[in-house]
Amino acid sequence: MSHTDVERPDSGHDGSDTTEVSASEALLVEPSRLSPTRRALTTVLRSRELSIFLVLVAVVVLATTKNNGFLFSSDGWRNFLLNPSILLLLAVGQAVVIITRNVDLSVGSVMALTAYLTGRLFIEQPNIPIVAVLAACLLLGAVLGLVNGVLVAYGGVPALVITLGTLYIYRGIMLTWAGSDRINAGDLPREFLQLGTRSVLGVPLLTILALVVLAIVGYYLYTARGGRELYAIGSDPDAAVLYGLPVRRRLLAAFVLSGALAGLAGALYTARYGTVSSSVGLGIELQAVAAAVIGGVAIFGGSGTVWGAAIGAFLLVTINRALPSLGIEDFWQRAVVGALILGAIVLDRVLAVRQARKLAESRDHS
Amino acid sequence: MKFHTRRPIALAAIILTASAALTACGSDDGGDSGSDSSSDGGGELSMTMLPKNLGNPYFDTSTAGAEAAAEDLGAEIEEVGPETASPDAQVSYINTVAQQGKDALILSANDPEALCDAIDEARSADVKVITFDADTNPDCRDLFINQATAEGIAAKQLELISDQIGGKGEIAILSAAANATNQNAWIDMMEKELADNPDYADIELVDTVYGDDDDQKSFDQTEALLQNHPDLKGIISPTTVGIAAAARYLSDSSSKGKVALTGLGTPNQMREYVENGTVESFALWNPSDLGALATYAAAALANGDISGEEGDSFEAGDLGEFEVGADGVVLLGEPFTFNADNIGDFDF
Repeated sequence: MSHTDVERPDSGHDGSDTTEVSASEALLVEPSRLSPTRRALTTVLRSRELSIFLVLVAVVVLATTKNNGFLFSSDGWRNFLLNPSILLLLAVGQAVVIITRNVDLSVGSVMALTAYLTGRLFIEQPNIPIVAVLAACLLLGAVLGLVNGVLVAYGGVPALVITLGTLYIYRGIMLTWAGSDRINAGDLPREFLQLGTRSVLGVPLLTILALVVLAIVGYYLYTARGGRELYAIGSDPDAAVLYGLPVRRRLLAAFVLSGALAGLAGALYTARYGTVSSSVGLGIELQAVAAAVIGGVAIFGGSGTVWGAAIGAFLLVTINRALPSLGIEDFWQRAVVGALILGAIVLDRVLAVRQARKLAESRDHS
Repeated sequence: MKFHTRRPIALAAIILTASAALTACGSDDGGDSGSDSSSDGGGELSMTMLPKNLGNPYFDTSTAGAEAAAEDLGAEIEEVGPETASPDAQVSYINTVAQQGKDALILSANDPEALCDAIDEARSADVKVITFDADTNPDCRDLFINQATAEGIAAKQLELISDQIGGKGEIAILSAAANATNQNAWIDMMEKELADNPDYADIELVDTVYGDDDDQKSFDQTEALLQNHPDLKGIISPTTVGIAAAARYLSDSSSKGKVALTGLGTPNQMREYVENGTVESFALWNPSDLGALATYAAAALANGDISGEEGDSFEAGDLGEFEVGADGVVLLGEPFTFNADNIGDFDF
């Protein structure tokens, strides 16, 4: 899927072969040839996101037929929306980083640090406003993300290695800071804990927050110049440099965003679970990567959307909720997630090959 | 040009790595930070309390109990300990105790094996060694103060859940990891007790799930339990992480007040949920009593009142009289029940 270049080939055709081109091919080669509604429809129908969304619907339908309460009890409905929202934030940040052909493995540790910071702030300053705590977590996350970004953008070392290093360093800082101490629900103000469970018009507050973040990031990636440049960098980093794109600045921004969202996720984790121990967020970075990959974000960058990553996050969490309800054992729950990841990657590969072939064909054709 | 700029960076990287590695190895110097001011003379007993680590509310509570007992006995007790709970960190403190010629050492061992050489040395310097909370190998210490037996823990939890659900209905267990030895031993005993004890004839154990001592997973497993068993009356979670996560889930779900929850938890974790009515009562040993009993036992040994043989008995102040069991183990007793009336008295 490398059709996401910054500039689409300008239409210079004479209209002679319009009739021969199918809708899918037109979408690939020259989207402007289709009418806007047709283009939107075809885009949706052929998107990777739709297939993942259908899998999600299938899982929910299956679980609900087995057990009505899965979706239709008040707790079931709330958990369906609420549980994925923390992973969703991480997956959105992760998707943006992966689109630039990098990866951020440190998000779990960043989340742990800010989750503990949240508890610490409430213990030291019981009257601190909740907004200030959220801001502090966003800020700390952004700073930690900036460290990753600087090392990756200026060090020239693969992000995999850099963020693996900072994963351990940040976790080490958290362990040193927290020691054997843990944050308990009793240490946190009631209003803050309610933030983790309160709903507005049947939709949990945390979910609304996550969806707002998703909408902003998704809109930016889809329309803004900076967003499109992230795809260009991921498609071909060397070409992006030669083309004169501000690669380093964009990379910094991507890592800062990922860090800040992880920071926010840490604060929300504390609100939701009410307990912070040293094991918070252990391994969640891999779930975030998995959510992005399952949602159609190519691991080699340049392709995919945060919408997909968000649906991937929903799917992962919902599967983990549904499989125990369906009476499937623990081991198989993990195996199913693994199979999903493999399936997503194989699908990616097949689609990429097919698309390259089609592009080559239509080039030869014209 | 590139060559010239790269070298210093590479050199700096090497130095940084090397210094990180070296300081990590060399930071083991906290050994003598305990006070050296102990007086050896006089008839007063002098003891040292060595918990797994300092700054741990659980051990702060046990040390407070030990200090109260020491005051009662007219003995002197001092607490020392490492910052982190690692076995090698305790060795230097044990050596210091031997050099100071203290009468007794009360410790919670970070490793059953690794501390034995140091302890042997201390014992050959006539220091009585008493373990509490976590034991070493039986042959390298004098006494072990056991907080609770597996039978006691299993029985107590069934008693609590049976009380709370009125003696009948479906219950489930939320455990830690599927291969955790102590958890599985407790679960086995509970299953056996449920099958054998006529008092529990109407209670049915419908499911056992594993939260891996992870907050999030325990939380999700609680949700699954409630969903899969609509008639569930109670949950037993014999792990501090599990019970707190389950309580958090229940406290804002529609099952609050309908599904009882008990298990092993610490007061600080559970305070919120006991106060808001999610949890009626839960169990754990009382670390303060544990510290006190260890101190009385240490004094009895050091004074020569007992030798640590099976069948020896000694007075432990308000706690009553205790007898040394097989392998030099003294049992504190039944687990302690925490509820809304007494939870305010504890901070650990």
